[in-house]
Amino acid sequence: MTKLSTSSNFVKPDDAFRMILEAHRGLEDSASHALDTALVLILANHIGDLDVLREAIALAEQSAGKQ
Amino acid sequence: MSAVRQFGYSRHPDQDRDRLRAAHHDVVVVGAGPVGLSLAIDLAQRGQRVVLLDDADRIGEGSRAICFSKRSLEYWDRLGVGQRMVDKGVVWKVGKIFARDALLYQFDLLPEPGHKRPAFINLQQYYAESYLADRTAELAAIDLRWSNKVTSLERHNDHCELTIETPDGPYRVSASYVVACDGARSALRGMVGADFEGQAFEDQFLIADVKMTAAFPTERWFWFDPPFHSGRSALLHRQPDDVWRIDLQLSRDADPAVERRPENVRPRIERMLGNGNFEFEWISVYRFHCRRMRRFVHDRVIFAGDSAHQVSPFGARGANSGLEDAENLAWKLALVLSGDAPESLIESYNTERSAAADENIRESTRSTDFMAPATAQEARMRQAILALAKDTEFAKRMVNGGRLSVPSVYDTPLSTPDADEWSAGPRPGSSLVDAPLTDDGKDIYLSDAFAENRDGFALLEFANGTSAEIDANVRRIWIGGDGLADTEGLAMKRYDATPGAAYLLRPDGYVAARFRHPSKDGVAAALARANGLQ
Repeated sequence: MTKLSTSSNFVKPDDAFRMILEAHRGLEDSASHALDTALVLILANHIGDLDVLREAIALAEQSAGKQ
Repeated sequence: MSAVRQFGYSRHPDQDRDRLRAAHHDVVVVGAGPVGLSLAIDLAQRGQRVVLLDDADRIGEGSRAICFSKRSLEYWDRLGVGQRMVDKGVVWKVGKIFARDALLYQFDLLPEPGHKRPAFINLQQYYAESYLADRTAELAAIDLRWSNKVTSLERHNDHCELTIETPDGPYRVSASYVVACDGARSALRGMVGADFEGQAFEDQFLIADVKMTAAFPTERWFWFDPPFHSGRSALLHRQPDDVWRIDLQLSRDADPAVERRPENVRPRIERMLGNGNFEFEWISVYRFHCRRMRRFVHDRVIFAGDSAHQVSPFGARGANSGLEDAENLAWKLALVLSGDAPESLIESYNTERSAAADENIRESTRSTDFMAPATAQEARMRQAILALAKDTEFAKRMVNGGRLSVPSVYDTPLSTPDADEWSAGPRPGSSLVDAPLTDDGKDIYLSDAFAENRDGFALLEFANGTSAEIDANVRRIWIGGDGLADTEGLAMKRYDATPGAAYLLRPDGYVAARFRHPSKDGVAAALARANGLQ
């Protein structure tokens, strides 16, 4: 059974996308990597559910494979 | 250097027998390290005669294992050597993790009182072996033969034949069971044609045991990227006799022959301590494997300890898991040899201890991966966790400087699943939890009451006026009523007990079954199951 929500959860999705974008703006690649890495760990802990995390990783892998 | 203890070889009458009429023994244990010695003592206390062979004639080359867990101490209490170990050892329970020179967090491995034994003691392996060897000398059923090296093994349906090399030349014996406790480089493993499966790690570590007077507390200190050893990890841990274990991560391509030279180790330690007031006890450079045999039981040849499985040292899971192997195997082998349990009971040793080995390998591999990131992204992940750990609880808990050994919980066919509701307490397959009690006003622990019961199952009962009718072979530990007094109420609490509740304990102190209201048939069925009779 799927536990990962892939429906749109933000009232204004553009605001969320923009917020992440702005956090990275002006950063060198290495600083961007560090920021993303910290963000992944913080959000993963907030979710606190291994099943959701597993599904999110699978979806990310699938998506990254298509790029 | 460390205290080497010499033992003498002496000729045994078995060596005078014609090779076609070799002596037969029920059990031959190969390897008189902590695991082989403990196993031999345990078997002897259960009424079995044991031949214990060792290819050397001395113990005490280097400190080697130093951390012995609460579980191991409780086991050694049952073997009659626990107090001596604790008296000599240094007791500790607090670990501190530093990143650069700042304390990141600390953990307490036994935060509650009311346990007989501490979370850990540190004790040089040669002391542990020496005390165990003394104990074997008190037991007539143990025949310990030094300078006896097994050079060949022939496996038959119901026995094995061993050729043993000695200073007087070779001789042969046969054995119903052979237990290989002959360490990581086990010769017997090759003789059964088995090998390890697992992972080798490229990272190298330097151990320096140094003698010094220092004011550091008796705690386990672990550093990531300390100022005195930039970019790598370091560990400082106290042992008895003013000896300190220092473990420094080296680069993967370091030359071990160069790194272990005292003149090269000295400046590293001086940078760490800020002075040169120390002497070396032992220096070693090592790499490690996280691996195990696919099976620990090969017909009549059984593997225990490092011969069967190996882990990285960060977590004290090597010697302690070997001792858990010994305590798991001894009672089963004794029951099989005395004809009270089917031979198939031995298979549960393979099931339970190989699952435990998997758990130890998993934990130890994770610690190693955290200490030595393999890719740029792994290094970034670690960096992010170390940085977040300063301010967040979740990241502190992800910092992995070694997860210290705790006894495994067995998912095993020997356990009877709970039929009643329990909200706490050790579930079937878990080990006994200690609690303070009084016996006629005298303070004792539940683990003491259990330790008196050296050779069988026990029913831990919480009194409600009557006692359950049970098999006469099962010893009772009676809490409340006119039995042991649970004055602090901790036994009731730790076992989630209600009046009349009972726990059936295996001879190794693991819970076989538990009942809110035990019936004669219920206990008998659980007992049969735990004896492998179902």
